[in-house]
Amino acid sequence: MNGPHDIGGHHGVGPIDPATHHGHYHPGETWEPRAMAITVAAGFGGHWTIDESRFAREDRPPQEYFTLGYFGIWLAALQRLLAERGLVTEAELAGGPLENGTVPPKACLSADQVAAALARGGPVDRDPGGRQPAFAPGDLVRTRNLQPRGHTRLPGYARDKVGRIAHVQGFHAFADDSAKGDRAAAEWLYTVVFDAETLWGMAEGAGDEVTCDAWEPYLERA
Amino acid sequence: MDVALPGCYAWADRQGGAAMPHDHGHDHSELDDMTARVMALETLLSAKGLVDPAALDEIIETYETRVGPRNGAAVVARAWSDPEFRDWLERDATAAIGSMGFTGRQGEHMMAVFNTAERHNMVVCTLCSCYPWSVLGMPPVWYKSLPYRARAVREPRAVLAEFGVTLPEGTSVRVWDSTAEMRYLVVPMRPEGTEGMSAEDLARLVTRDSMVGTGLALAPEAA
Repeated sequence: MNGPHDIGGHHGVGPIDPATHHGHYHPGETWEPRAMAITVAAGFGGHWTIDESRFAREDRPPQEYFTLGYFGIWLAALQRLLAERGLVTEAELAGGPLENGTVPPKACLSADQVAAALARGGPVDRDPGGRQPAFAPGDLVRTRNLQPRGHTRLPGYARDKVGRIAHVQGFHAFADDSAKGDRAAAEWLYTVVFDAETLWGMAEGAGDEVTCDAWEPYLERA
Repeated sequence: MDVALPGCYAWADRQGGAAMPHDHGHDHSELDDMTARVMALETLLSAKGLVDPAALDEIIETYETRVGPRNGAAVVARAWSDPEFRDWLERDATAAIGSMGFTGRQGEHMMAVFNTAERHNMVVCTLCSCYPWSVLGMPPVWYKSLPYRARAVREPRAVLAEFGVTLPEGTSVRVWDSTAEMRYLVVPMRPEGTEGMSAEDLARLVTRDSMVGTGLALAPEAA
């Protein structure tokens, strides 16, 4: 989607100030680690894919996206996912009494399962089942001018641009479909390298490049 | 349903909760609001059997004490000192890193990118905050910030300058935008004057930022 999250290349965003912002959380915001852990733990329940959670974060008005703060966005997205799936009700989220009849959770990660669950993670490589990659390293490709309303992982700055295949990374779950709950869809994934000049009109330094990871449906031969 | 208040609010009490003084310009009622909201959500999800407060403690503790940039530093130091491991890391980073016990969430599919005199690598996620948790732990606030996400791809050298890094003449920059589930570990150049150092001593020169590409490895006298 053409959303507020797609900000690669935007001007006027201010300094980074890494010395102030070196920690994992904002100092004193003790709710932030808790929000992180609730989100990670709930994710292991298997009620949504990582791409559904990304879409729930980015699919909101810019003024909201830019003011909620990082973990504020995580919380808002988590609440949306929980309510959409009927695991909780809007009234419960608003502080109302517990209601019967909500969808029972598939799983609840216990403390003694945490280490193994984090160490396993959620690999997204799938069996290509005989499908061969259409492109090989060195091939010139053009990214398609895709602007779906739903989730996609081709940044706006890299649309309709000519680049070169640098790596074939594997046959991976396809984010655009996974964000709609389709856990089976997978496509060949490539790292595409672009000259900075192609993306920005001019390069900050000679030979500078930017890469994106792009699934095959994002690409056509140049 | 009977709601037992989970005994998990030590996190708020321990820190002084909403009363904790903090150093930036937030309205206190906003902080109170967020703390209260997260406590309410945790209570609700715990009552529904969706999350276990003890598991939340364990997740936080894991990323505060066990999974962090020391993992990545051990990988880099070994790559500097063991040519066979370096080749493996270049060929199949997921397996090479996994052999050291670093696997899992947000590190399922790894690629190591090696800095040279000709090319400096730097990692960003412009669309969200993808970061190799298994080797670097949680991303710092700056990595998740809008300024870093917006600027790293367009003006990496200006960004590097804000980190105190100036690249030598003749070094080009490749910025890796983590737009899928590949996670990138930058292997910084080995500093001069480190011949004969043990992998353990070398690891002390490898900073978190050097493995994101916004820093360089430390000189031995600076470590």
